[in-house]
Amino acid sequence: MMKKQIENFLRTLGHPLVSFIISLGNLVLFVASAVYHALTPKYYVKNFLRQVLEMGFYSLPVVGLTTIFAGMVIALQTYSGFARYGAESAVASVVLISVTRELAPVLSALMVAGRIGAAMAAEIGTMKVTEQIDALVTLSTNPFKYLFAPRLWAGLTVLPVLVLFGDVIGIFGGYVVGVYKLGFNPANYINSTIEEIEAIGIISGLTKAAVFGFIIALMGCYNGYHSKGGAQGVGQATTNAVVSASILILIFNYILTEVFFSK
Amino acid sequence: MSEVKISIRNLHKTFGTKQVLKGVDLDVFKGQSLVVIGGSGTGKSVLIKCIQGLLEPDFGTIEIDGVDVLSEKTKSHISEKMGMLFQGGALFDSLSVWENVAFSLIENKGYDRQVAKREAVRVLRQVGLAPDVADLSPSELSGGMQKRVGLARAIITKPDIIFFDEPTTGLDPIMADVINDLIVESAKGLGATTLTITHDMSSVRKIADRVAMLYQGKIIWQGTVKEMDKTENPYVVQFINGCAQGPIKVEV
Repeated sequence: MMKKQIENFLRTLGHPLVSFIISLGNLVLFVASAVYHALTPKYYVKNFLRQVLEMGFYSLPVVGLTTIFAGMVIALQTYSGFARYGAESAVASVVLISVTRELAPVLSALMVAGRIGAAMAAEIGTMKVTEQIDALVTLSTNPFKYLFAPRLWAGLTVLPVLVLFGDVIGIFGGYVVGVYKLGFNPANYINSTIEEIEAIGIISGLTKAAVFGFIIALMGCYNGYHSKGGAQGVGQATTNAVVSASILILIFNYILTEVFFSK
Repeated sequence: MSEVKISIRNLHKTFGTKQVLKGVDLDVFKGQSLVVIGGSGTGKSVLIKCIQGLLEPDFGTIEIDGVDVLSEKTKSHISEKMGMLFQGGALFDSLSVWENVAFSLIENKGYDRQVAKREAVRVLRQVGLAPDVADLSPSELSGGMQKRVGLARAIITKPDIIFFDEPTTGLDPIMADVINDLIVESAKGLGATTLTITHDMSSVRKIADRVAMLYQGKIIWQGTVKEMDKTENPYVVQFINGCAQGPIKVEV
C-alpha cells in the first residue's frame, strides 16, 4: 500500500519534471539552431526590414505613450516623497535615472512583448498548423533563416532604438510635470537633467533593450514553431510567448542590473 | 523493368508510443505515377513527409536516384528536385498569388522579380488561372483555385519528382476531376515521377500507373489499376468498395 503511494507520488512529481527537462532541451536546441542560422548566410534582408518596420516603427506610439506617462508618474511620486526631506531638487535626476536605467527598457519591452511577441507567435503558429513551414522546406528554404533569423535580428537591433526614443519621451514627461505642475524652473530642470546624464545609465538601458528584444523575438518564434493542433494550439502558443517573454524580461533585468551596477 | 527513382526500405516511424510506419518497402519507378491508398491515420502523410525530409524516420533507408536522402549532405540538393502540392494548399498568406508561385525562382534561383512574375503568370495560365489572379492574396481564392496555385508552385521549377498530398480533398467532384486532369497533364508534360497519397478512388483511377495500399504501417498490396480491380485481397477489396464490413476495422 505504502509502496504504491510512493510510486504514485514519484510519478506525479516525475511527469512534469521530465516534461520540463524535454521543453528546456528543445528550447536550448532551438536557440542554438536559431543563433547559428542568424549568423550564417543566407540573409533575407527584405524580411529583416519588414520586421524592423513592424516591430519598430509601428511600436513607436505604444512605447511613446508608456514612457511619457511613466516619466510623469515618477516625477510626481519623487516630488511627493522627497519633499518630506527637502530634496525636491532631486526630481530631475531621479526621473533621468529611473527612465533610462529601468522604466524605458523594461516597460517598453513588456509592451512590445504583448504587441509583437503575440503577433509573431500567432503568425508562425498559423504557418506551422497550415503546413506553410513544411512548404518552405519543400521549396528548399530553411525556415530558421527565412522566418526566425530576420525576427531575431530585428528584435536585437530595434528595441534599443525604441528605448532611446522612450528615454527622450520619458524624460520629457518628467519635465512637463516638473515645470508645469510642480513649478520647477525650466532651465534649472534641464540643467539638472543634463548634469546627471551618465554613459553607464544609457548603455545599460540599451544593452537591456537589445537582450529583451532578442528574448521577445525568440519566444515568439519558439512558441509559434512548437504550436500544435489548430486554433486552440495557436492561441496557447500566443499566450505562452507573451508570458514566457515577460517573465524572462524581468529575470534578465535583474541579472543585467547586477552585472552593470553591483559593486 | 524501368529505373527505380525512389526506393524505400524497411522504413519505421514512431510518435510517442504509436508506431505509425512498421517497415515500409516501396519502389517508385522513373516517370511513373504511384498512388498510395489507405484509410485515415494509416501513415500515408508520414510516409510522404519522411521522403521529403520533413520528418526523420526512426530507421530504414530512402534513396532517390540511388542517393540516400536522409543524409544531411544531400538533403538540400535532393529537395531542389522535388515539388509538392499540399492538402490545404499551404500557400503563404503574406505573399500574393504570383509571389507564392514564383517563390523558388526569386529566393533560390535569383530571378529578377519582373521575370519571375511573367513566368508565374505563364504557369498560372497553364493550370487554368487568368493573369488577373496573380496579384490577389491566397485568402481571396476558392479552394479549387488555391489547389491550382499550389500545383503551379509545385511545377514551376520543373521538378523531377512531384508529391501530391490528398489533392482532391475538400473539392466538389467536378473540380476534383479538373485537378486530377491538371495533375496528369502537368506530370506527363514534365516527364516527372509522381507520388500521390489519397483515399479518393476516382482520383486513383485517373492518376495512377500503379497503386500501393498502406495498412497498419506496411504496404500490404501493390499493382496496376487493372490489377486492383481484379484483386481478391480482402483489404483492397473492402477499401476500394468502401464497405464497413471486412477485415479493416474502423476505430470509432
